[in-house]
Parts: sequence; structure tokens; C-alpha cells
Amino acid sequence: MDTPQKNTNWLFEISSKSNLLDFKFKEIWQYRDLLMLFVRRDVVTLYKQTILGPLWYLIQPLLTSVIFTLVFNGIADIKTGNVNAFLFNLAGITIWNYFAECLKATSDTFKKNENIFGKVYFPRVIMPLSITVSNLLKFGIQIGIFIAFYGYFAYYNEAGTISSNLILLPVIVLIMGLLGLGLGMIISSMVTKYRDLTFLVQFGIQLLMYVSAVMYPMAIVIQKLPTSISWIVEYNPLARVVESFRYMVFTEGEFSIQYVLSTLGISLFIFLIGLIIFNKTERNFIDTV
Amino acid sequence: MKEKEVILRVENVSKQYRLGVIGTGTISHDLNRWWHKIRGKEDPYKRIGEENKRSTTGKSDYVWAIKDISFDVHRGEVLGIIGKNGAGKSTLLKILSKVTMPTSGVIRSKGRIASLLEVGTGFHPELTGKENIFLNGAILGMTKAEIKSKFDEIVEFAGVQRYVNTPVKRYSSGMKVRLAFAVAAHLEPEILVVDEVLAVGDAEFQKKAIGKMQDISKGEGRTVLFVSHDMTNIQNLCTRSILLENGKMVLQGDTVNVIKHYLQGSEETYVKSLEAHKNRKKGMQAIMQKVTIGDGNAKVITGKEFQMHVKLTLDTLKEFSIGYLFKNEKGQVIMASNTNQYGTKLITKKEKNTVTIVIKALPLAPASYSVSLFLGNGKYDIDIIEDAITFPVFWENEHILPPSKNWGSTFGSTSWEY
Repeated sequence: MDTPQKNTNWLFEISSKSNLLDFKFKEIWQYRDLLMLFVRRDVVTLYKQTILGPLWYLIQPLLTSVIFTLVFNGIADIKTGNVNAFLFNLAGITIWNYFAECLKATSDTFKKNENIFGKVYFPRVIMPLSITVSNLLKFGIQIGIFIAFYGYFAYYNEAGTISSNLILLPVIVLIMGLLGLGLGMIISSMVTKYRDLTFLVQFGIQLLMYVSAVMYPMAIVIQKLPTSISWIVEYNPLARVVESFRYMVFTEGEFSIQYVLSTLGISLFIFLIGLIIFNKTERNFIDTV
Repeated sequence: MKEKEVILRVENVSKQYRLGVIGTGTISHDLNRWWHKIRGKEDPYKRIGEENKRSTTGKSDYVWAIKDISFDVHRGEVLGIIGKNGAGKSTLLKILSKVTMPTSGVIRSKGRIASLLEVGTGFHPELTGKENIFLNGAILGMTKAEIKSKFDEIVEFAGVQRYVNTPVKRYSSGMKVRLAFAVAAHLEPEILVVDEVLAVGDAEFQKKAIGKMQDISKGEGRTVLFVSHDMTNIQNLCTRSILLENGKMVLQGDTVNVIKHYLQGSEETYVKSLEAHKNRKKGMQAIMQKVTIGDGNAKVITGKEFQMHVKLTLDTLKEFSIGYLFKNEKGQVIMASNTNQYGTKLITKKEKNTVTIVIKALPLAPASYSVSLFLGNGKYDIDIIEDAITFPVFWENEHILPPSKNWGSTFGSTSWEY
């Protein structure tokens, strides 16, 4: 039993006012078990009652790479330097997918969990966080396939060389996660009011992929397109991340530490904005959703 | 004086909803609102700062789901929250459980609040019972270690030992509810919020659930806020209650009083005018004028003498017959009688306009009942009022415990000879 307290000694307060920057990290920490249980739930239940199960993790990036190789390298004849075109595309897709999956899944957090959010309180941010973490697992598997193919092509000397910058891989993954989560939280907050945004997400991710240097080297864009257009790719943080990832594994393309750090800064900023909007929305979304 | 510690204090809490469709056709409206929100300013369309919240309510198409609610809850108390549909009970509970925020006002708490609003939320059909216990427990705020230590207890309480490793989608709905309640009941928050969960489950489980709630409050000293439409449950569990009406708190205090007030609306409990009763059957003459139970003030008590006075205008009648019919809260007929059954004809007397119906020992169990009244001219009914008056029956007996909720609507004084 607690020791006798003065009447002023309240544990917490619920009121209409809140601090914009109050992220309740302590509370989120208290709910860490829930985070892990959500991750577990996502992983365990995703492929229940499907025929191929986790194989879907493999099929999707592989088939996409094959198509991209046929279209962009076969037909459009984009050169990928010393690196095999298929492997080049697989690298881009692997890192891109992590971002895309995080964004897609987190962007309807509020709508999808309306039922449970409407009845029980827990820090809402646990939900998108758990999605980002469980997608990390998926990403791990896909990295696994990439490594397998990398080994294969390295044997035929078509895989470039690994850069020492590979130690920055966690930073790259972190950036992708932060960007996906941040944008996802912003969109999910807006979806509570404007439902049609969900359609836009699917379509938007597609478009975004084409300007994010996933299936072509960044240099080609700068070389072939006028600067009035190429800046879209050049200054797109996503394109930078994809390019950096490829540099790490192939030592092909552009890379610099400042590049990575500035992108990390941008992604942190977007994540923070996302968190603020998300926190604002979670307070009353149940009345509007 | 032994002052109990206040564990939860609700101060002037209000919640506003906007009527009509939200967010359509008003993107500029919304953008402006959003811009204000982002800067942490007040909503330009609501103007509900504490200073001017009253002055602006009339101007807009916003409604107050609850308004200026204030009350204290003491440690270890079971507080009943009573009110008709739409009175704001659920809104209040949602605010207490942090699902939505109040528009204005403050709630201060000294303990963790966990809510049991419609159990079973967060159950995933593909996961097994065991996995769901952990998931649901965590959603409700328990840590993994806490759940682990209570796991066996939870499974036993729910009575689903055989199905622990079966996916929840194979459970019957009753089993799901039992499991969900079991998880929630083993939570250890200082304050538990319960809403209508007992409406589900069979009689045996309901009893178990009520018992558990009593243990929680009495044995473990935890605080429960309990919302239900079932007055028997409220009466059994809660010592103190608050009554909500149209978003405002109209009464707080002793449960018996609050229930009495609730069942009767705001009118007097045991007196009712029948002159223009809305339940008078069509085509009937308004002969019955007023009904008074007892002296119009004293409580009706199980097993005691029951008197009902019906005032009549008998100018047109030489003789008459009268009958009554009791219904319980579910609308089931409990007992009825009339003068014809006794072969009695009442002859109109000039100087007397009130007939008194006396039941020597009222055999009704404590609950709420309605009385329908029938008046005939000796051949057929000429005035019928369905549910003319509704009133609670109370239990007051030092030597006999009140009958359980599921023992039916009647009570027969029994002797046990051996």
C-alpha cells in the first residue's frame, strides 16, 4: 500500500490542454511489452492460412527485380556499371521495400485500429512503432536473399566490391524506418478526417519509387535530364538513401558521410513532425474517424 | 474523523461534439483549425477556453455530451454511474479511460486507470487463447511478467483450460467473453472502469463476475467505477452512485436514493397523476385520476403490507370493478388480480372517491416494477392504463439476506422445518 499522500500529490492528470512536445516516452517504455507482443502478433498471424506463407517475402522482391531488369536494363538499356543489373535492382528494391512497407502499413493506423483505440487506452504510437519493428524482420529476410544473390554474382565478378562504409548500414535502415514511420504517422492522422488519402498512399508510393533512384543510378538522371527536373531525384532524401545503400554494397555511385548525415537529419525532422501530429490526433481522433 | 482518501477527482469535465457531418466541404475551415492546433492555440471554431465556455454554447451547432461534471471517488469505493441512454455515461467513461480527451475540465488521479469497456477488444482470432491472454493483458497495461504470474489464475477463472492452445476463432462467444473478463479482472490497476460487461455470459458466470468485482473492491481495496442499466447489480455492488441526465450530473450520493430518483425520472416516486397519462389505452374514459402508493413517501418493502390508493371520478358509474397487474423490468407479468376474481362489486358512494388496494405481504423481490391499472363498469373495462406507475421495491430485513439477482421476481417468506 502506498504511504499516505497529500491530496495534491496526483499521479497523473487528464485535461484538454497538453504540451505539444510531450511525447510521453516514459509511458511508451512502460508499454514495451505490448510493443513486442504486437510485433509477435503481426509476424505470427500475417501468413496464417496462406499457401506459400513467408515465401511471399521472397517472391515479391525477386519478381519485381526481374521485371525491372527486363524493362529498364533490357529495353531502356540503363547501364549499371560493373554490377549485374538484376542484383542492382534487387539492392534498390530491398531497401526501398522497407520504407514502402512501413509507410503503407502505418498510414492507416488510426482507421484500422479504430475499434481497439475506441475502447482501451495505451500510447497509440506503439501501434506504428510495432509495425516498423515487425517490418524490420521482413527486411532482414529480404536482405538474406540479397546476400545470397550477392554471393552468387560476386562469384562471377559482377557484384562490385563491398565498401567499408557498410558499417553505416544500420544508419541507412534507421533513416528508412524513420521516414516511413514519420510520413506514415502524418498520413494516418490526416486519414482520420479525409478517407480518400488512403487511395493516394498506394499510388503515391508507386510514384515516389520512380523518383527515388530505385532502378537506375542517380548519375544517369543528372546526366540525361535537365536540372529543372533532375533535382527531384537529386534532392530526394529517399533517392539518397537508396544510392548510399548501393554504394555500400557495390562501391558504385555517389556517397559521402555528409550525405548520409544530412539525410538522417531530414528523416529525424520528418519523424518528429509526424510524432507531434500523431500525438495531437490521438487525443480526439475517435470523435472524427 | 476517518476521512477516506480521494483517489480520483473529476473537476468540471465537459465534452463537446459537433453535430452533423464532420470534415466535409470545409477543408479551409479544417486547415484554419489545424493551423491553430499546430501552434497550440485554441480551436477558432469552438472557443471553449475556460473563461467563456458558457457564453458561446448557444451560438454553434456543437452539443455537450457531458457538461461540468465534478465528483470525487474514494479509495476502495465502488461508484455506480446511472443514467438513461444518451445521458453521457459512456462519454464519461471514455474520458476517464483516456480514449478521448475532455473539451475542458481536469481529471486528476492517484492510480492507474484501466477500463473494461466491452471486453474482448484486441483479441486476434488467429492467435491461441494463451497468446491472446498475453496480448490482451498488455493492451490493458500489464507487463509480461505480471501476466505470467497470473496466467493460471486467469485460465482457471475463465474456465477454458482445455482450449488454451486453440485459436480464439474456434471459441464460442461466451468463452471469448469469459476469457476477456478474466484477463481484465486480474488486472491490478488502482481504478477499474467497467461498462455493461455483465450483460453477457450465463447466469453462473455473471455471479462469478459480480463476486469478483466485490472482491476487487472490498478484499483488495481497489476502486471500481461501474456503469450498468441493471439496477440490481448497481444496488448490490455500489455504495455510492451518481446520476447523469442529458450530460449533466443531477444527483450523487447513497445508491438507494439515486436509484429511486433514476427510476422515477425527476418526479416523486410513489405518487403519479393519471389524468392525462400517456399510456392510457385509446378510447378509454379518464376515470382514474391519481395513484398513490402507501403514504406517497415511504419506501415499498418486500414482505411488508402494500397499499395503493387510486383516486377516481365516478359520477357516471353505479358500480365498478378494479384490477392491477405487476410487471418486472423486463416487462414480464409477475402477478395480477382484480375484484371479479374475488366476486366483489364495488358500489359507488357519493362521499368516497378513492379505492385502496391492499396486499398484506408484498411478495415481490427487490427490483423495479410497474403497475398497470384496469377499471371496469362491471361488464367490461372502461379505463386501462398500462404501466401507470413504476417504482422500486426495497429489501429491509435484518434477519434475512436479500434474494440473489437470478432468483426471480418474487419472494415467499419461508420457514425451514426439520
